[in-house]
Amino acid sequence: MTESRARRYVTQITAPPLWLRTQSFRRHSSVSLSFGATVFKIIHAQFLAPGIKRFVIEAPRIARKQKPGQFVILRIYEEGERIPVTIENSDPEKGTINIVVQSAGKTTTLLNSLNTGDSILDVVGPLGKPSEIRNYGTAVVVGGGVGTAMAYPTAAALKRAGNRVISIVGARNKELVILEKEMRAVSDALLVTTDDGSYADKGFVTDKLRQLIDNGTRIDLVVAVGPIVMMKAVSELTRKEHIHTVVSLNPIMIDGTGMCGGCRVLIDGKSEFACVDGPEFDGHKVDFGVLVQRNAMYRDSEQKSMEEYKRLQQVQGEGNEMCGATSGARQR
Amino acid sequence: MSPTASKSKNPVSPKDRMKIPRQLMPEQPADVRAHNFEEVNLGYSAELAQQEALRCLECAKPTCTDNCPVGIDVKEFVQRIVIGDFLGAAAKIREANVLPAITGRVCPQEDQCEGKCLLSKKVKPLGIGYLERFVADYEQRMGTHIVPNAPPTGKKVAVVGSGPSGLTVAGDLIQKGHRVRVFEALHEIGGVLVYGIPEFRLPKQIVREQIDYMRQMGVEFETDVVVGRTVTINELLEEEGYDAIFIGTGAGLPQFMNIPGEHLNGVYSANEFLTRINLMKAYKFPVYDEPMLDLHGKDVAVIGGGNTALDAIRSALRLGARNAYVLYRRSEAEMPARAEEVHHAQQEGIDFQMLTAPVEFLSDGKGWLTAARCVRMELGEPDASGRRRPVPKTGSEFDLPLSVAVIAIGTTANPIVQSTTPGLDTNKRGYIQASEETQRTTRKGVFAGGDIVTGAATVILAMGAGRRAAKSIHEYLTTGVW
Repeated sequence: MTESRARRYVTQITAPPLWLRTQSFRRHSSVSLSFGATVFKIIHAQFLAPGIKRFVIEAPRIARKQKPGQFVILRIYEEGERIPVTIENSDPEKGTINIVVQSAGKTTTLLNSLNTGDSILDVVGPLGKPSEIRNYGTAVVVGGGVGTAMAYPTAAALKRAGNRVISIVGARNKELVILEKEMRAVSDALLVTTDDGSYADKGFVTDKLRQLIDNGTRIDLVVAVGPIVMMKAVSELTRKEHIHTVVSLNPIMIDGTGMCGGCRVLIDGKSEFACVDGPEFDGHKVDFGVLVQRNAMYRDSEQKSMEEYKRLQQVQGEGNEMCGATSGARQR
Repeated sequence: MSPTASKSKNPVSPKDRMKIPRQLMPEQPADVRAHNFEEVNLGYSAELAQQEALRCLECAKPTCTDNCPVGIDVKEFVQRIVIGDFLGAAAKIREANVLPAITGRVCPQEDQCEGKCLLSKKVKPLGIGYLERFVADYEQRMGTHIVPNAPPTGKKVAVVGSGPSGLTVAGDLIQKGHRVRVFEALHEIGGVLVYGIPEFRLPKQIVREQIDYMRQMGVEFETDVVVGRTVTINELLEEEGYDAIFIGTGAGLPQFMNIPGEHLNGVYSANEFLTRINLMKAYKFPVYDEPMLDLHGKDVAVIGGGNTALDAIRSALRLGARNAYVLYRRSEAEMPARAEEVHHAQQEGIDFQMLTAPVEFLSDGKGWLTAARCVRMELGEPDASGRRRPVPKTGSEFDLPLSVAVIAIGTTANPIVQSTTPGLDTNKRGYIQASEETQRTTRKGVFAGGDIVTGAATVILAMGAGRRAAKSIHEYLTTGVW
C-alpha cells in the first residue's frame, strides 16, 4: 500500500468533526485497513424532532435487501464504536436507506452532528431476522419514541399483507412525536399519546391498548418497539389477555453477526443472540430485567465518553472563533 | 531420510551441526511485557538467523515439508538463509505461503514442521518458525517486490471471509490470473487475525502489511458485507457474475457453558472480550470509543485451555488485572494451547488452576459478577476425544472471587451463509460439507475450507485448506468440469 493511495482514501472517508481530525484522526495510519470499504454517503439529513434525526444514506447493497424489522450497525470514524441503528425505510431503486437516530451518548450525538454531504465510515446490514409478516387479522403496532421508526416499516408491511392495522404512537411530549403522518398513512386507525398531554391524549401507549381491549376490539397480534419499560408494560398487559406480542430488543452489540455473543438475551430462560436470533422475540418470554441490567454494563464509560466529547466540543467552539473559516469547512 | 551434504552451501559438517544449540528467540522481559501490548517475541537478528539456519541437516526427504499444511520448501529457504540470500528465502516461502509473517508467528510449529524435524530425535528441532518470521520481516523492511500474475483469464472468484483460508485462496488465485474479490463482514480485513489474536502475539501492523501486499497483487477487498444478509451466494453467482465462490467464514459462534449466572454483567465470551480489545481497540479507551470494563486491580478468570483462553487472560493481565486465572477442567498435559504460549503466560504470572471448572456464576444481587463457584476435578476414563474425562470431586466446591469471567470453551459454526444457500449441505453440527481433497461443497461452483468445514482449528490448517481449494478452483475454472 503506497502512502499516496492510502491518503487518497483518507480524504474520501467520512468527515469527522474537526476536533477529531486534529485530535487523533491523522495519527492512525490504520485507516488503510478500511479503504476497501465503500464509503457511505449521507444524501440527506434532517431533524424529525429535537435530538432525533433522519439520514438518507447511500448503501445500495443494504437497500436492496432490507426488510421490516431489520437494522444496521454503523461506525462513524476510525476510532468509533459500532452501534446498532434502526432502519426506517429503504429505496432499492435509488440505493438508499433511511435511518433514524436519537442522540443519547457520544456516538449518537456525534452522528446527529453530521449533515448532508458527510459520510459514515461503515454501515453493515441488513442484520437480524425480518419481522414475520402475514395476515394475522387485526394487528396493533405500538411505537414508543424513536422506536416508532422501526415500527413504521412493520406496520406498513402488515397493512400490505391484509391486516387491519391499529397503530399507537407514544412520546414524552408533542415535540418528540415522530412519523405521525407516515404511520397514519399505513394504519386503519392511529392513536397518539404524550406523557405530559402536550399533544393528543395524555397518558401512555398501554392506556390506549387497554382501552382497545376493554372496548372488545379483537386483537390477533401486538408489535411493540420502543423503550424497554414500554415493551415490558405492553407485554405484561397482553400476557393476561393471551394476545401474541412481538417486541424488538436493543441490547449492546458489536459485530451483529452472532460472533461476539454480547447481545445475548434471556428468552424463556435460555440465552439467545438478539443479532441473529432476533431482534424480535415473543414479548411474553423475554426477561426484560436482564436486558436492562446488561444495557447498563458500560454506563460509566459512556458517561466518560460523553463528558470528554462535550469538553472537546467546547474547546473546539472556542477554537472556531479564533481561526474562523478554516475550521468551518468539513472534509468531504 | 539420511542427511546429505551434497551440493550443500552449508560449511558445517552434518555431525557438527548437531552441536550448535538452538538459537533462543529474543523476547521482552516477562515483568515488562505483562504491562504492555507490544509483541512478546522480538525476532531473530540476521546473525542469529544464519546461525540457526546452519543447524539444518538438509534431509534428502525433508519430513518438515511433508508435515507443513501448505508445503513450504523448508530445506531450500533455510539454505538460502545460510548463504545470506534472505530475499530469495522469502520468495521461496511465498511460493507456498502468502502470509509468512503471520504463520511465522502463530503456527504451532511443534505440531507441524518442527515436530517432524530430524534434529528433534537427538537435540532441539530447527527453529523453522523463527526463521520464517525472520525472512518475512526482512522482506517487509526491504520493500516487497510483487511477482507478476499470470495473464488475465477473465474468470471472477468471490471469497467469503478474509481470515487465513480466504486470504490464501485469494493470494493463490490472483497469481493464476483470475479476478478475486474478498468479502468481509467486519470493517477490517483479516478475520480472526485482527479480531481474535492479540497485538502482543501478532501485531496488527503485520497483518496490514500482508494485506497491503495482496492488494498490490490485485486482490480486491470489500468490507461491511455479511454474505447471507447483505448479499447471498446465489446473487453472487447469478447476478454478480462470479464463476466460483470460496466460503471461509470460520467457526465464529461462541459457545457458552449453560450454567447459572452466565448473563451477569462481567461475563464475556472470549470472542467478545478479544474483539473489544483487538478489533475495537478498547484498551485505548477513551481515544477509541468502544468501552471495556476497567480491569485495574480486578480479579479475572478465563475458562478454557486453548490459545484463545491464553490470549484472553494475557490481555486481561495487560489491562491491569490483579489476579489472572486460567480455569481448566483437565490437567496441563491435555491443554490444547501451544507450549510456547503456556510458558510465556506462566512467566508473566498467570495463575493456572488446573482440574477446575465453574458450576455457577454468583452476583451481588444487582446483576454484577462477584465470584465463580468452582469444583475441582479428577481425571477418569478416556472419553470420545481420547483424553481422560474430568470427573468432579465431591465436596470440592469453593468460591473464587471474580469481577470478570471470560468463557473460552470453543466455538461453533456461524449458520448465516449455510441457512441462506440452497443446496449447500452441512453436517449435523452445522459445518459445511466439503471434500477433503478438493474442498468442493455440494453446490456447483462453491468451495469451502478452514474452520467452517473442520470446526475450530489453527491458522495454518485453514491456510492448507485454502491452498487445496485454490488449486481445485483453478482446475474447475480452467476445465469447467464439476
